[in-house]
Amino acid sequence: MLKLSKYVLYDIVRSKVILAYTAFLFIVSFSLFNMEDHSSKAILSLLNIILIVVPLISMIFTTIHYYNSYEFIELMLSQPMSRRKILLSEYGGIALSLVSSFIIGVGIPVLLFSPDSVGFSLLFTGISLTLVFTSLAFLTSVKSRDKARGIGFALLLWFYFALIYDGLILMVLFTFSEYPLEKATLVLSALNPIDLGRISIMLKMDVSALMGYTGALYKDFFGSASGMLFTMGIMFFWIVAPLWWALRVFKQKDL
Amino acid sequence: MLRLLFILPTIVLSTVVSARTIVVGKDQPVTSIRKAIELAGNNDTIVVKPGMYKEGNLVINRTIVLLGENFPVIDGEKKYEIFTISGSGITIKGFQIQNSGQSALNDYASIKVIDSKNIVIENNRVINSYFGIHFSNSSFITIKNNTITGMPTTEQNTGNGIHLWKCNNALIDNNRATGHRDGIYFEFVTESTIQHNRSEKNIRYGLHFMFSNNDRYLKNTFSDNGAGVAVMYSHNVKMEGNRFEKNWGPSSYGILLKDIRDSHIQNNTFFKNSVGIHMEGSSRIDASKNMFKENGWAIKVQASCDDNNFYQNNFFGNTFDIATNGTMVLNKFYNNYWDKYEGYDRNKDGVGDVPYHPVSMYSMIVEQNPNALILLRSFIVSLFDKAEKAIPSLTPENLTDDKPMIKPNKL
Repeated sequence: MLKLSKYVLYDIVRSKVILAYTAFLFIVSFSLFNMEDHSSKAILSLLNIILIVVPLISMIFTTIHYYNSYEFIELMLSQPMSRRKILLSEYGGIALSLVSSFIIGVGIPVLLFSPDSVGFSLLFTGISLTLVFTSLAFLTSVKSRDKARGIGFALLLWFYFALIYDGLILMVLFTFSEYPLEKATLVLSALNPIDLGRISIMLKMDVSALMGYTGALYKDFFGSASGMLFTMGIMFFWIVAPLWWALRVFKQKDL
Repeated sequence: MLRLLFILPTIVLSTVVSARTIVVGKDQPVTSIRKAIELAGNNDTIVVKPGMYKEGNLVINRTIVLLGENFPVIDGEKKYEIFTISGSGITIKGFQIQNSGQSALNDYASIKVIDSKNIVIENNRVINSYFGIHFSNSSFITIKNNTITGMPTTEQNTGNGIHLWKCNNALIDNNRATGHRDGIYFEFVTESTIQHNRSEKNIRYGLHFMFSNNDRYLKNTFSDNGAGVAVMYSHNVKMEGNRFEKNWGPSSYGILLKDIRDSHIQNNTFFKNSVGIHMEGSSRIDASKNMFKENGWAIKVQASCDDNNFYQNNFFGNTFDIATNGTMVLNKFYNNYWDKYEGYDRNKDGVGDVPYHPVSMYSMIVEQNPNALILLRSFIVSLFDKAEKAIPSLTPENLTDDKPMIKPNKL
C-alpha cells in the first residue's frame, strides 16, 4: 500500500502542478507578510486564501488527478490487491502531496512571521480543509464516470461550501430572527467545514468582537477545551465520512 | 498692613503652641485610637504605632491629623463602619484599613466622610471592605495614593471603591481600585479631577460617572472591568490620556457615553474592548487623537447623537470601525487614519483622494441581527461589503471620512 502511495506521489511531483501550487502559496504568503506592516493584516488576507483557494485547488487537483490516473487504477485492479487499498493509497499520495505543499507554502512563512495562536489555528484549518476537500473530491470522482461531470460536480460542491452555504445561513437568520437562534447557528456552522475552520481562526483573531453580543456564546463554546475537541472531531468526521462513502461506492462499482 | 504684620505671627504662634501630638501604641500611654481621638483637640496630631487595632466605629469630628506608622492595621471585624468623619481639615494617612461591615441598609465604608471640607485621605490600604472610601456632600477633598482591594462576590454585596456623592473640588490621584462594584463612582460631583488612577477587575464599571459636570479625568487606566467606563448625564467633561483596555463582554464598553455634551475625548487609547466608545444621545463632543486598536467595534454612534466631531484618530485592527443604527448622520469624521482604507493619494498631500466609508454593510447586518456575527470574515460577507461600497444602499451614505489620512496620525 505504501509502495503504491509512493508511486502516486512520484507521479504527482513529476507533473509539476503541485510544485507550482507550493510556489504560489509560498510567494503569496511571503509577500503578504512583507507588504503589510502588521502581521495581523497579512493573516487576514491569508485567511481568505485558506478558506477559498485551498479547498478549490485541493478539489480540482484531486479530481483531475483521479481521472488522469484512471488507467493506472484499472491496471492496479488487475493485480492481486483489494480495491480499498488501491483507493486509500491514491488518497494517501494526493493528500500527502497537498498537505506538504501547504505546510511548505504557508506553514514556513507563518512560523517565521507570526508563530502565535492565530498562526497555528490558521495552519490547523488549512491542513484540515485540504484533507476534507481531497476526500470530498474522491467522492465526486468515484461517483461519476464522466470527467467533465466529475469536475463540474466538484466545482459545484466547492461553490456550495464556500459561498452558497453562508448565504443560506444568513437567510435563515433573517427569516427566523424572532426566534432564539444561538444554538441553531452553532449546529449550522458545524455542518460546513469551511465555516468551522473560519470560526476556529476567528476565535483567536477577533476575540474582542466575539465577546460582545451573542458572540460570547460562540466564544464560550468553541473556545473551551471541549469546544476544541468538538471542532477537531467534526473536522475528522468531514475527512473520514466522504472517504468512507467513496470507498463503499468504489468497491461496488462496475469499472 | 501694620496690623496684619502683628496678627500673622500671633496666629502662627498660637497654632504651634496649641497643636499637640498624641502617640498611640501598645507600649504608649495611650493604647487605643478611640481614646486618642477623645483626648485630641482641634489641630492635634495623632500618631499610631504599628499593630492591630479592633475598635469598632471611630468617629472624628474635630480637625485632627491621623498618621499611621508602617501601616497599623485597623480591623472592622466585618461588623462596623471603620472611620466616620465629619468636619474640616481632617487627614488620614498611612493605615491599613480592613474588613469593614456589610449591610444592605447602611452603606458601611472603611472611611466615610459626611458634610466635610478640606479632607485628605492619603497612602492607605483599604482591604476587603464594603464601600472603600465614601464621601458625601463634601468639598475640597484629596484622595491620593490609596490602594483599595475588594473581594468581589456579586454586584449586590460589594460597594464602590471610591464613592463620591454631591461633592466638589475633589482630587483623586494615583489610587488603585480593584474588586469592587464600581472602581470609582461619581454622582453630582463638580469641578473635580481624577488622574493617574488604576481601576481594574471591578464587577461593574471601572469609573461610573453621573450628573457630574466640569470634571476632568486624565491618564487613568481602566482595564478588565465588567462593563468598562460609563459617563452619563453630564456636560463639560474632559477625558484625556486614559487607557481603556480589555473590557470584554456583551454589554462592556471602553467608554459608554449617554447624554453627554460639550466634552473632550483626547489622546486616549482603546485597546481590545468589545466596544471602544458607545455613544448615545450625546452632542458636541470632540474626539481627537485617540488610538483604537483591536477592538470589536471601535466606535458605536447611535443615530441619536449629533454635532460630534471625530478627527485625527487612528484605527488599527478593529473588527468593525464604526457602527450605527440608522441612516441619519449628524456627526463629522475627518482626518482619521483607517487601516482598512484602500484609496490613493495622487497629489501627495497625505490625505486620501477617495472618501472612506467606515460603516460596512456587514456591521449594519450584525446591528440588526446579532446572530449574524457567526458569519464574520466569511467570503459572502466580504462580497456584500464590496458590492455595498460600489452602490451604497443599506449603509448611511453620508457617514464618510472625506479626508482620510494615508499614514497614521502622530499622537
